[in-house]
Amino acid sequence: MASKASRAAFGEALLELGARDPRIVTLDADLSKSTMTARFAKAYPQRGFNLGIAESNMIGVGAGLALTGKIPFVCSFACFVVGRFETIRISVAYTNANVKIVGTHSGIAIGEDGYSQMGLEDIACLRALPNVPIVQPADELETRQAVAYAVEHQGPLYLRLTRQNLEPVCPPDYRFQLGRWLTLRAGRDVTLVASGGTVFNALEAARRLEADGISAEVLNAASIKPLDEDALVRSATKTKHVVTVEDHSIHGGLGGAVAETLAEVLPTPVKRLGVVGFGESGDAKGLYAKHGLDPAGIATSVKKFLNR
Amino acid sequence: MAEGNLDAIARACRVQIIRMLTHAGSGHPGGSLSVIDILTSIVFGRLRHDPKRPDWADRDRIVLSKGHAVPALYTVMARAGYFPESQLITLRKLGSPLQGHPDRVALPGIEAATGSLGQGLSIALGMALGLKLAGSPARVYCILGDGEVQEGQVWEAAMAAPKLGQPDHPLDNLTVIVDYNKIQLDDFTAKILDLEPLVAKWQGFGWPVLEIDGHDLAQIAKALDAAEATRGTPTLIVAHTVKGKGVSFMENNPEWHGKSPKPEEAVTAIREILGVTEMAWPDYLKTDATTRAVVDELRALDKK
Repeated sequence: MASKASRAAFGEALLELGARDPRIVTLDADLSKSTMTARFAKAYPQRGFNLGIAESNMIGVGAGLALTGKIPFVCSFACFVVGRFETIRISVAYTNANVKIVGTHSGIAIGEDGYSQMGLEDIACLRALPNVPIVQPADELETRQAVAYAVEHQGPLYLRLTRQNLEPVCPPDYRFQLGRWLTLRAGRDVTLVASGGTVFNALEAARRLEADGISAEVLNAASIKPLDEDALVRSATKTKHVVTVEDHSIHGGLGGAVAETLAEVLPTPVKRLGVVGFGESGDAKGLYAKHGLDPAGIATSVKKFLNR
Repeated sequence: MAEGNLDAIARACRVQIIRMLTHAGSGHPGGSLSVIDILTSIVFGRLRHDPKRPDWADRDRIVLSKGHAVPALYTVMARAGYFPESQLITLRKLGSPLQGHPDRVALPGIEAATGSLGQGLSIALGMALGLKLAGSPARVYCILGDGEVQEGQVWEAAMAAPKLGQPDHPLDNLTVIVDYNKIQLDDFTAKILDLEPLVAKWQGFGWPVLEIDGHDLAQIAKALDAAEATRGTPTLIVAHTVKGKGVSFMENNPEWHGKSPKPEEAVTAIREILGVTEMAWPDYLKTDATTRAVVDELRALDKK
């Protein structure tokens, strides 16, 4: 498979799933060309709804549709849809409405549009809700499977997607399972836990580290909530050093989830890599370099963390 | 159902509202008493539902967006048979499905979690659209508080509703009622953030609007009929009501938005709701065993 944005893979997967399952509907807030649901709405005009630039209402309408048996995907940029947290909290989560919340354009990787369009705190917000799983696929194959899973899953779910293209990282026979992480590369000295757009960079960093004599294990944490405690503990027991890599605030995201779990179950030194402070405009490559999320930056942080 | 019967039911529900709030020791009597005539008219006047099958796909739905008035909803639900009336006094107690604000998961028959104001109309829109798409004959009733209309999400939904589903699935299966009791938590709405001109605002957003006395059962029935007969658009009913209606010391008094009566105040409230003078009250209680039991139970609270 070639590289593809997870939002694009999402749009294609939904189009296919929609042909088989008439319960699927999409809701957008004037960003359907960006969230990639526009083709779904065109193919199934009675099932694609554009609510205008009014995300709270979109989420609530989605909840109402879910309560009459539809499977609504409510879609916007991650920051805009999760920004309506109180509506998600009550109308979706507490009501236990079968709504799939889709946040595209996550992270600083969106680049030039700058901080106001970057979803950087969405995982932190939604992790606090008791019944909302958080799924962030790392490539096209995983995205397609995650979307199919979201349709099957009974209850709310958050799907975190990228604007930028993602290189393939999962093997062809990979099957997504909620709460299960895939070991993409085995190693002895350090565990790299990455998710979404940073998985490929973590793999690249692992290759560079190998050249320096450091054996890094790479886990693809597509299921951020629930996380895969077994896989995490198994790997951390072996390597005794864990580094998390995510395009999200270092507060409350994957790094927070990993640190909280290890602190209770298997106290292990953890280094969190992610976005510190607000994002800013710039090219994605430059931003990743600035925040140490490119392969070179990840490798440098790992070496420092290991005192090597 | 005849108006006389509805009137009697509404009165009985008012008594239960006072009873349960007094047992709970907290809650919202003012807005519960202002909305009870509307709720009674919907549930016992026209709602197609089956308390034995709260998940029946073609049931009519009520979304009480002003979730703090849920004691009123609990009283009509108990009377309709969703749960025993004896359970009403578990309101707000640990382990009770009768949460302080509506909880859909805890209590079958509640259609959505509400009480975080401004959210219910959007949910009602989604329900109305989903029912239309499914070809269901069911209707959706959404009840908004007047103070609640200050929330921005209400206006997002208000702007969307006349357009959503057009042209094939217009939301004419949706009736929205504003319980316009003129008081919110802090003070009179006119003093906090005046809603006026309320009717013109909704009309400007494309809604047909009916204005009624929300305690006049004939007017409520007529407006609900008219909304049901309207094609191509949802209908808004602005129901002018009195906060605390039926209890002299609660009526039009912002103090009674969110505090429960003490047992002696509750007994006075019940006497007033039943229209019995202080003089006649002792003799009345000898003839009405049900009320006598409620009063005894309330007076026992004082001794606890």
